[in-house]
Amino acid sequence: MALDKEIVARIAKLARLEITESDLEVMSQELSQILSWIEQLEEVNIEGFEPMTSVVKMDLKVREDVVTDGDQADDILANAPERKDHFFVVPKVIE
Amino acid sequence: MAGSDDMIGLSIAEMRDGMSLGEFTALNLAEAHICAAKNVKELCGYVTETPDQAKEMAVASDARRAKNEVGALEGVPLAIKDLFCTKNVPTTAASQILSGFRPTYESSVTANLWRAGAVMTGKANMDEFAMGSSNMTSYFGPVQNPWRREGDEQAVAPGGSSGGSAALVAASAVPGAIGTDTGGSIRQPAAFCGVVGMKPTYGRCSRWGIIAFASSLDQAGPITRTVQDAAIMLSVMAGHDPKDSTSVDIAVPEYEAALTGSMRGLKVGIPSEYRVDGMPGEIEKLWAEGADWLLRSGAELVDISLPYTKYALPTYYIIAPAEASSNLARYDGVKYGLRLSNDDLETQYAKTRGTGFGAEVKRRIMIGTYVLSAGYYDAYYLRAQRVRRLIARDFEQAFEKVDVILTPTAPHEAFTLGDKMDDPVAMYLNDVFTVPASLAGLPAISVPSGLSANGLPLGLQLIAPAFGESMLFCAASSLESCAGFVPRPTIVAGPN
Repeated sequence: MALDKEIVARIAKLARLEITESDLEVMSQELSQILSWIEQLEEVNIEGFEPMTSVVKMDLKVREDVVTDGDQADDILANAPERKDHFFVVPKVIE
Repeated sequence: MAGSDDMIGLSIAEMRDGMSLGEFTALNLAEAHICAAKNVKELCGYVTETPDQAKEMAVASDARRAKNEVGALEGVPLAIKDLFCTKNVPTTAASQILSGFRPTYESSVTANLWRAGAVMTGKANMDEFAMGSSNMTSYFGPVQNPWRREGDEQAVAPGGSSGGSAALVAASAVPGAIGTDTGGSIRQPAAFCGVVGMKPTYGRCSRWGIIAFASSLDQAGPITRTVQDAAIMLSVMAGHDPKDSTSVDIAVPEYEAALTGSMRGLKVGIPSEYRVDGMPGEIEKLWAEGADWLLRSGAELVDISLPYTKYALPTYYIIAPAEASSNLARYDGVKYGLRLSNDDLETQYAKTRGTGFGAEVKRRIMIGTYVLSAGYYDAYYLRAQRVRRLIARDFEQAFEKVDVILTPTAPHEAFTLGDKMDDPVAMYLNDVFTVPASLAGLPAISVPSGLSANGLPLGLQLIAPAFGESMLFCAASSLESCAGFVPRPTIVAGPN
């Protein structure tokens, strides 16, 4: 399927990526090329085959539902571009 | 004491023996390899060198040895792909968006290495977020392959994404390095650089503390100059980790003990689908030669079919970008790394991500976002997951008849640095032989096996059933000894 500039701009918005007008053009060509190559999967008969979500046959482990981690606010905030006390600082969201 | 140059080019096993005989110390090794890094600076193999930390770790290692506490990698210098979080050491994933990030924790795999006594020389360069097959996508500039074509000075691509790790090992700047492999990111650069690269079974190594690309595919693995060294390293790296629920809780064998060199009684599958259009005759010839070597080592050759092979790459290029678009949503300029614009939150997100991610990463986030978006999810993502099951079933059926599968690692020799950048699909085709085993979660290894007509290294790949690493190493060591590969890269850290 060919992706025109409008669709590419919509996906970029969903992905929170700022893309310049000239890059939109290039990207729409590249993505269209990749998608048309991917579309060869349409010829595969997948009837009766469940989606594979885990490659290794294993049961996830269970453990006691207790707190095992925490109290690391300083570590968690250590790399924040902007922080105040124990909070991440972002531009004002609510008017 | 051995001279500094004598220590460059030794294998991990030789370093282990040399230290235990008192020929040199961990500090001698660390200093020699700090110097080695300077000698091969032009390769751009490191994003961050950590000489002070290397010396500190080596001194501590020598102190442990004095007390007879000797780990499996005691005093061995290793380079770490910059996708592994290392405490207090910048970790970038070769991306601008992680600039300034210093993890406050250590990845489980690197923690295992340090517990076994290993010494960190630095963080290896790579394709940005492990997305690429050339190392051209690194924010810090591309790694060069230490090999050159005969009579040609032009720089050659090291492959990717673990290109820095492979180049540093090939140039003897370190005896070993760790990489990660999502669709071939350990095996393809290993083949291009003439070194051994091994991807274990999905679940063998903990993914905790590895910057995530595609979570259902990512695995850590060793890059070394010998099969024995890869076996030594994997025994240390692997193991269950409560912090990664997909790491499997089964015993990790001493892989080194599996290197018996005998192929007697083993059946080696040769898949007809790995003969692709346009593959150079020299690759086909090397593959046939490899099969013959294993035959003469006592193996039986069996023709097999993996009919869904041709769908592996398109399947991969739905699943991996889908997972990546979700994993990379965390880079928002709020929690760590780059932040641009303070206008409003939406603009901040878009500007930070639009500038902080490189072209290939954005391309994959876009594909991933598209195939997961409303109306397309079933047609792309669910369909790809169902084809993935068919690809895995191909291998299950093949392994009813054979013990191990032999294929080329890559469909061609290393290309000129900078080539293929204008054609994403041509670049993706690099991984045509490595992606199927990744989708099936299987262990696979690339062994340097010969030279192309241009004098560049070529690799052969062995694939084993899940958790069949011991047998895989055994077959790989047979292949290695038959191939008798003699490395002769142009750019080397020492005199060898």
